[in-house]
Amino acid sequence: MAQQNGMVEKRGAGLWLTHLGLIIGVAFIFFPIWLAFVASTVEQQQIARPPMPLLPGDKLFENYARALSAGVNAPVAQMLGNSLVMALGIALGKIAISLLSAFAIVYFRFPGRKLFFWLIFLTLMLPVEVRIVPTYEVIANFGMLNSYQGLILPLIASATATFLFRQFFMTVPDELAEAARVDGAGPMRFFFDILLPMSRTNIAALFVILFIYGWNQYLWPLLITTDPDMNTIVMGIKQMFPSGDDTADWPVIMATSILAMIPPVLVVVGMQKLFIRGLVESEK
Amino acid sequence: MEKRVTFKGIWLPILLVAPQIIITAIFFFYPAGQAIWQSLYIPDPFGLSMQWVGLGNFEYLAGDPYYRTSFITTAIFSILVTVVSMGVALYLAVLADRLIKGSGAYRTLLIWPYAVAPAVAGVLWLFMFNTRVGVVAWYLGVLGYDWNHVLNEGEAMGLVVVASAWGRISYNFLFFLAGLQAIPKSVIEAAAIDGARFWTRFRTIVWPLLSPTTFFLMVVNIIYAFFETFGVIHTITSGGPQQATTILVYKVFADGFVGQDLGSSAAQSVVLLVLVSILTVVQFKFVERRVHY
Repeated sequence: MAQQNGMVEKRGAGLWLTHLGLIIGVAFIFFPIWLAFVASTVEQQQIARPPMPLLPGDKLFENYARALSAGVNAPVAQMLGNSLVMALGIALGKIAISLLSAFAIVYFRFPGRKLFFWLIFLTLMLPVEVRIVPTYEVIANFGMLNSYQGLILPLIASATATFLFRQFFMTVPDELAEAARVDGAGPMRFFFDILLPMSRTNIAALFVILFIYGWNQYLWPLLITTDPDMNTIVMGIKQMFPSGDDTADWPVIMATSILAMIPPVLVVVGMQKLFIRGLVESEK
Repeated sequence: MEKRVTFKGIWLPILLVAPQIIITAIFFFYPAGQAIWQSLYIPDPFGLSMQWVGLGNFEYLAGDPYYRTSFITTAIFSILVTVVSMGVALYLAVLADRLIKGSGAYRTLLIWPYAVAPAVAGVLWLFMFNTRVGVVAWYLGVLGYDWNHVLNEGEAMGLVVVASAWGRISYNFLFFLAGLQAIPKSVIEAAAIDGARFWTRFRTIVWPLLSPTTFFLMVVNIIYAFFETFGVIHTITSGGPQQATTILVYKVFADGFVGQDLGSSAAQSVVLLVLVSILTVVQFKFVERRVHY
């Protein structure tokens, strides 16, 4: 036993203890999700009279169908669509404008270049939570309340993405730009034919992070979508709780919670390698 | 660092940065400027005109017991969230790092909460501890503990802390695991041959080598607890009971949108702006990252 404890890699009892420790951790992490799933498969009465069962019931199809087609205030299918538009809009929009500005900052010398760089850097210090009231007023003045533009545009400027691409462009060999110039290719030709294909992995990694960032937004959609048909799913769940003493429709609410986490979980788990890469890179 | 080879042109690059600069100007700098401007005024009771009060709003905040309480609440909340989620993540990462095979499978399972929005995490935890139907609350009742986070301030704080920390475990786990895997195995094996037990090795080798990661995560987690936990607070407690879980970001929202006290809300935004600037500078200046995959 003493010898086993001295080993760096565990074998025998130590190995099993390591697995046991991790399984307890995973169980702790998954218990809330499991419970939500169970609640989304049983009848309201089974939840209303605690304790609720800990194994799934047989109402899965009914609950999810009811949530998707009717919901409480708006059909959840509609909210899923809104979330998808918002998440894709934010992710693709951020990537597009960041690619362009990083390209300009790295590959050109133009007046104001340093200034623009610092202006972009400063946005790191202004999360939307800090400037909600005035940003809300801007959106209201533009008539963008309850619109996709209003949901997407204020969240689209991103210093992180610009820095990431700037960092990457710096590592691209100068010979490539040189060769393009000698061949008489213009800067945009170089951008689309060489730089963009080379950035594929970075773009994909960033997409994972930004999609989740956009999908999981809460405060902003809460402020600017007063029309239930424009609610995103993440903010819409809270709206499903009754305001008074009425009992909440738990099976539908929990089905909606599960639906709200399926797309981001699929993206994170399915693109795990890219996700971890994007996470580590974007924090640099 | 500068590129040696560049393209010629002045208007093209300006055109290329234009979308980002325009969006930044309209949705970042203009609103931030507005917040600073509004923080120096109070609107009259009919909302027709603004009256200059200088630093009056800030003086009022400094003397407002609710605001001071909110500061303390935020400090307690963010320290607890950081400690709980980093503690659990480090424990899991140390275990996963000891596995030669199978750590990938655990990683796949442990990254799930990252994908779950704070607001959804709030709903999940609210469901477990709901005073009427919550399973955990019910079993606590069986054990003789009367759980009621709607009335009990400590329980409300505990619940929002756990729900916020839960969502953050994945992130911390990934960085800790990367940090642990970056420590050369030869160093640890050398210590093991010298007879150092697991705890001794952890205390004298692993923990010091992990400190850049730990410090980085501390800063990032505090920023998270300050600004990204709004969804958790709003879904679980709405800042209550008796404002026991009203963190600063929640108070900006509550005063600005619910209370319509624009001057005070703007002054609070400016205070947050200063706080987030300090944290960002700390993150960039003092946090040297040595995490590599």
